[in-house]
Amino acid sequence: MAGKTHTTDAATQNRESHPVTLSAGQLATASNDTGYVDCGRPLVAVVAPMVAAVAACLIHVFIPNGQNLEPTWMDPISVWQQPYPIVLQGLFLVSLFLALLHWQCLPARPWVRYYAPLLAGAMFLFGVDDLLSQKLAWLPWPFFPGPGMVLGCSIEDCGIIFSSTWHSLLLLVSGYVVGVCMGVLTGVLIGWFPSIRYWGMPLLKVIGPLPATAMVPAVMMLSNDSFIPATALIGFAVWFPVTMLTSSGMSNVRLSYLDVARTLGAGEWYLIFRVAIPSALPTIFIGLFMGLGVSFLTLIGAEAVGVPGGLGNYIKAQQSSMEYTKMYGAWLVTAVLFSGLITCLFRTRDWVLNWQKGVIKW
Amino acid sequence: MTATPGEPSPVRGRIADAAALQVRDVCKVYPSPDGGEVLVLDRMSLSVRPGEMVSLLGPNGCGKSTLLRMIAGLDQPTSGDLRLGNQPITAPSAERGLMFQDPNLFPWLTVRRNIQAGLVARGVLREHRHEAEEFLRLVGLEAFADVYPHQLSGGMAQRAALARALVNRPAVLLLDEPLGALDQFTRMRMQDEVVRLWQTRGTTMVLVTHDIDEAIYMSDRIALMTPRPGRIDRLIDITMPRPRQRTSPQFLELRTAILEMLNFAGGAKDGSA
Repeated sequence: MAGKTHTTDAATQNRESHPVTLSAGQLATASNDTGYVDCGRPLVAVVAPMVAAVAACLIHVFIPNGQNLEPTWMDPISVWQQPYPIVLQGLFLVSLFLALLHWQCLPARPWVRYYAPLLAGAMFLFGVDDLLSQKLAWLPWPFFPGPGMVLGCSIEDCGIIFSSTWHSLLLLVSGYVVGVCMGVLTGVLIGWFPSIRYWGMPLLKVIGPLPATAMVPAVMMLSNDSFIPATALIGFAVWFPVTMLTSSGMSNVRLSYLDVARTLGAGEWYLIFRVAIPSALPTIFIGLFMGLGVSFLTLIGAEAVGVPGGLGNYIKAQQSSMEYTKMYGAWLVTAVLFSGLITCLFRTRDWVLNWQKGVIKW
Repeated sequence: MTATPGEPSPVRGRIADAAALQVRDVCKVYPSPDGGEVLVLDRMSLSVRPGEMVSLLGPNGCGKSTLLRMIAGLDQPTSGDLRLGNQPITAPSAERGLMFQDPNLFPWLTVRRNIQAGLVARGVLREHRHEAEEFLRLVGLEAFADVYPHQLSGGMAQRAALARALVNRPAVLLLDEPLGALDQFTRMRMQDEVVRLWQTRGTTMVLVTHDIDEAIYMSDRIALMTPRPGRIDRLIDITMPRPRQRTSPQFLELRTAILEMLNFAGGAKDGSA
């Protein structure tokens, strides 16, 4: 009986999946046993990216520009060969490849079905952005350039953007590492030793919440070389949340773990490093995540306000010279960079906390 | 069948005064929430012979767990004296193992590393690694050695905790309602397991329980405790041969006797002790 019901359901689903429409409302999501969320209509999922790529490309090539654009290096090139349409053509090939993969390679199917609608969605957004700005000019130039202009103009500056990104990344990582090391150290000390907690906590409460960017002018006076003060600044910003969460995790260790360890012959060293710190790790990772967020803020803030070089500086400079296309390009790079760093952190956490069940997904 | 607290009962083939564990006139006072003081244990005395299994049986709030924590060295008595052999107990030590109702396995360690914890804590893992493996085998968890605690069932987790408590070969193992959270069937199987380990190791054991059957099934002696302030009401020697039959007339007779001592035999309206 149950089996029969099941086949009927499957048949209904198949019949429903035939009309290929791109309405988002129809993409009902359901979970399947592969762990990937399946959007229920395989044909829609597999065809959608190709349709989206073609649509976005046609919008860009055939609808005349509504915005009164300034001349760029792309003007002599045929519109089909400009960077944005080329990217869309590349994405079309990727979509085609995914469809073939879905058709031929059975193990890749859940994966393709999971990612294909997301790819289609991204291209759909590009197309809408293109329409609203460059094509229909509902959003005015130069404040809202279309994706074609952003990509084209940013490519012109790719050397500077790349070196700025590298500069920012170096500063961010060194500041973050310094902040995390200091934060974990002080957090462990404050969380474990009551006497250090007595003096450390009030100090932490007063100086911790001070926004690091407020100290940029003062810090910049300290040294001609900007790298060390900027590192210290980011380190300070990261230090506060990491210290808070580490000390909270340390002082909330389940007492029975400590009791058990003591009756197993554990000394202070074992209690700190083998019981308290491991049990505080989930909380410490929340601190690391918050610290990472604050470090992005401080980095871009500090670079925009005074620290020379880096993405924040570039964004500020492009904004001042009305080069909004390049500003958006730098935004995009920043977003991808930061998202990648958060992904790294979460991967690390999943690896370190593999003993834990039920963790936040990223 | 009964004896006064502190006075060693006649022993079968053992030297009476070679007590492994001496609890003498121990009082424990806790501050109560309303600012006053609560007397939890009142001049409590108990001596446990080497290799003996003694149960502390009584209702909740009679200070059984408090006494066990003091023997473990985790709490200090307000007055009185606790000794292991000739040494006064002042702090926790690896020679007095403790096992709780909650297995309290370290969730960040695999079963094997949990069992090794005592060896690591004492810094003797390299020399005694094989002992951890031996206990892993003894409690039948070889197949689960590399599994994390959250993947274990309640009974398996408690077996791992037992192996962890035994790996240091403590002179005394203190069991604080170790099987209280398990279902009836798992509990009876675990009772056999603990008895088997106790017989092969010869470890002195002090078992806190409020399960009368468990106390009769497992122990050499039962210390019946009265609640608030806790003190030992009487000591009951259990001379039944092992392995014991839960359904034997002797067992049931003893069970009835203890129920009557605790005024739980039923039918009686009078609740005074």
